[in-house]
Amino acid sequence: MSGKIFYAAAGMGRKVRAKALVASDGFSARYDLDRVRGVFSRPEHKLAGQTYHGRVLVLDAAKGGVATAWMLHEMRARGVMPAALVLNRVNPIMVQGAALADFTMISGFDCDITKAIADGAEVEVDPSGEPPFIRLV
Amino acid sequence: MKLSDEEQAMRRGEFGPLRQWAIEHQIKVGNYLGAADFVPVTQAHIMADTESLGRAGVEWLESWTRLPREARQVRIPTITDPRGTDFAQAQKLKQQSWMLDLERRAIAAFEAFGVLMTDTCINYQTIMPPVRGEHVAYGDTGVVIYSNSVCGARSNFEGGPSALSAGLTGRTPRYGYHLDGQRRATLVVELSAKPCELSDWGALGGIVGRLAGDYSQVPALVGVEHVPGPDELKHFGAAMASFGSVALFHIAGVTPEAMQFADLLPQGSTLPRRAIGEADFRAFQARYARDIGAVDLVVFSAPQLSLMEMRTLAGLLDGRSAEIPLFAVTSPQVKPDCDRLGLTARIEAAGGTVLSGMCFYQSYAREMAEANGWHRLATNSAKLVNIIGSYGYRPVLLSMEQCIEAACAGGKLAARTQS
Repeated sequence: MSGKIFYAAAGMGRKVRAKALVASDGFSARYDLDRVRGVFSRPEHKLAGQTYHGRVLVLDAAKGGVATAWMLHEMRARGVMPAALVLNRVNPIMVQGAALADFTMISGFDCDITKAIADGAEVEVDPSGEPPFIRLV
Repeated sequence: MKLSDEEQAMRRGEFGPLRQWAIEHQIKVGNYLGAADFVPVTQAHIMADTESLGRAGVEWLESWTRLPREARQVRIPTITDPRGTDFAQAQKLKQQSWMLDLERRAIAAFEAFGVLMTDTCINYQTIMPPVRGEHVAYGDTGVVIYSNSVCGARSNFEGGPSALSAGLTGRTPRYGYHLDGQRRATLVVELSAKPCELSDWGALGGIVGRLAGDYSQVPALVGVEHVPGPDELKHFGAAMASFGSVALFHIAGVTPEAMQFADLLPQGSTLPRRAIGEADFRAFQARYARDIGAVDLVVFSAPQLSLMEMRTLAGLLDGRSAEIPLFAVTSPQVKPDCDRLGLTARIEAAGGTVLSGMCFYQSYAREMAEANGWHRLATNSAKLVNIIGSYGYRPVLLSMEQCIEAACAGGKLAARTQS
């Protein structure tokens, strides 16, 4: 599996390398996270209780409200944030938040990326690739 | 993205560094989401409570306020979503002074941009509802879905930085729901149950939102027997946006772009169909009532209550006495009418508290829970039920009447409301 590449439709931010935290579930900074402790806090979330700091989050779709547009910036300022966000489907809020925070994000695959990447796998995310990609390392 | 002469000048910094940042931010977003160009917008609505902004966000806003006035003023009417407190009630909520200081700093910064601090998520009921075809840049998902679906306006979800950018540049990238082709139905939902209470409409929104599942989906409802009122559609839309990140729905024969069933459908296509019945409602509600025999507080919020909801609430509380905290959250536009018409006094005579200009979940909900010992919460808002769990609460979705019964019974839930 090492070296396998999955190309995305769009990306922004810097190239990062970190361990993946994977679930077939959605993502919203307000709905899902305790941003002070750096854990998924919504009890129903498949990653409830897990730490996201420094991990490449590989999730299904952007969910919820507009707060994430500010919250990614606030998370970066406090230094407790994921290394990158990799989503099957985004909403504009994730894009706007990533743009403000200079946060690494890629999205839009021709497969379900949450099934393609194993939880805990070491991955590289390169949003500047043409096209952007996530690669198992 | 194709840029006009004026947009290129903004990008070069000829309108100052703040507008230069704003247009660069919008280009970044537009490029990611496939916008070909910009579309002029007539209004912007900014979500920017300080729990979301954090100190870093407030400092970022303040850094721009040092510019000369002409370089930092919004170009179009720009208003705000609820704030993180009602200063008059902050002590009762046990909010801390640092929260209030941060709120004051954020307010001062927005005022320096010329933003009108309306502090409401029901601007479509209280400020200036958009008209069909009007391009706007609204924050708050509930505002966007109502404006798109019920008013026929055109907006994407514009988070705080993007709504502020739209205010400063007077435009937004043309993608998503600004485009005709994105507004056709993608899913037909056949309704066989009859939602009655506002909480039922919220539950229906939550169920449809879960079925739809993402921002690109446009559910179309058929089988709605009576024309829903604005408050019913408000709860329905807000929950759908919250559970599914959905920004537009149609109801056959009701909403302006769906007066005929055929209007909903893309030409020549067969859409997936899903049925929703009584059992789906019961399952939705039961999901949030497991093992909860009593609640610590009752909250009516998310969205803020209209004058009509406040009237209903006051009527249900007349002659009653809430034995646990009961909060009714409304807008700064509705609150003076509630005061003038005696609704505030009636709610407070029954032990309730009327909060203005804030929203419960946007107001440091976790810290309030810890300071007050709140854990189990009853509400008639499906949207609040969806959000508040991440702040450490265990929520229960009940009708307004059932919430009041619980509040007047010291928090104890009637047997029929438990699963």
